[in-house]
Amino acid sequence: MTRNHEQIRELIHPYVDGELDLLSTRETEQHLRSCAECRGMETALRGLSKTVANSQPAYRAPSHLRRNVRAALQREARTTHKSFNPWLVFATGAACALLILGAAFFQTTRASRNETIVREVIANHVRSLLATHLVDVSSSDQHTVKPWFDGKIDFAPDVRDLSKDGFPLVGGRLDYLNGKTVVALVYQRNKHPINVFIMPATANLDSSPYVVTRRGYNVLSWRHHDMKYWAVSDLNEAELRRFAEILAQ
Amino acid sequence: MFRLTESPRLSEFERQVLPHLDAAYNLARFLMRNDQDAEDVVQEAALRAFRFFDSFRGENGRAWFLSIVRNTSFTALKQHHAVEGNVVFDEELHSEQIPPMDAGTALDRAQDQQTVRAAIEQLPSEFREVITLRELEGFSYKEIADIVGVPIGTIMSRLARARRQLQTILSRTYPEAK
Repeated sequence: MTRNHEQIRELIHPYVDGELDLLSTRETEQHLRSCAECRGMETALRGLSKTVANSQPAYRAPSHLRRNVRAALQREARTTHKSFNPWLVFATGAACALLILGAAFFQTTRASRNETIVREVIANHVRSLLATHLVDVSSSDQHTVKPWFDGKIDFAPDVRDLSKDGFPLVGGRLDYLNGKTVVALVYQRNKHPINVFIMPATANLDSSPYVVTRRGYNVLSWRHHDMKYWAVSDLNEAELRRFAEILAQ
Repeated sequence: MFRLTESPRLSEFERQVLPHLDAAYNLARFLMRNDQDAEDVVQEAALRAFRFFDSFRGENGRAWFLSIVRNTSFTALKQHHAVEGNVVFDEELHSEQIPPMDAGTALDRAQDQQTVRAAIEQLPSEFREVITLRELEGFSYKEIADIVGVPIGTIMSRLARARRQLQTILSRTYPEAK
């Protein structure tokens, strides 16, 4: 395909500027040999560039500008060092926000997980009273109850009779809580049965009893000696609390 | 005594960008058309460039810096004279502003320089920048397109129109440029 005069004329500027590919350059050169008008344009363009270049019109940065710029940059470098890089501020802010969100999320999930366990604890308690399945081993003797668990679970719960404090041990059984087999100890307080569920704690920090009330039942939970305790009863909160304190001694 | 070493980021910036301070000032000077504004623009552009230095990919420091100078200049122009950027060139109106040369007198270089600078400064800002970038700084069409932020085709037609106007202005002083 060969270009006509009009099309070639469009190429004179890029031709003079050396911006054409080899093929277009050849084509333009060929056309220039036969077209006086385009040759005139080329000459004028080269003349213009020469006139401009010869007069050296470019400005040079004054030396004080160079000094001022360097000084300003050094100030800027110092302040950004001392204070904050905007990206760093942004990143820190984002990290903080994430942390807060994460903590909130963790708290929420922990709270809802706790809520699930509390409901399970109460359900277990109620079921143990409905059926004749309050205890698997019926004894107020802690030396009978404690060995009964041996070989049935992989931890050794602290089993004590608290008769002298008004909380006689009724017995023990195995139960199921939060997907795990747990120890259930049954105590009694003036005809109010108390179920105590014991499982190995995931965190090894002791914590003081924490009470929630659901459907008329008080549920207390605490950690003691690497064990997690859940005590549930229709007993009033103050007495259940006292029970928990005695048990945790 | 013992002097704290400069931040490595600043040293790298000075190595990559400061060599182009002349080109930066040249572009700013033709766009702003006075010394003080040009200096302000260059200083501002250098600080901006330093702040955004992390976004520079180390390819073409001169074009990168000049695009910041260019944008800083146009921002300043818009602030200074809200309409300057888009003045349509009027040959009749503008051509008369060239200082008349004494016919037949040989022009020394200082006069040539003054005349050509004055001629470029009469062009609209969009033409001043393509003339400066191409004729004075020798950037390729691609680089100019990147600096100005328009397609190469636009640069080509803009450059052709800018040259025609410059030719018209200069031909009054230098008939051989016609």
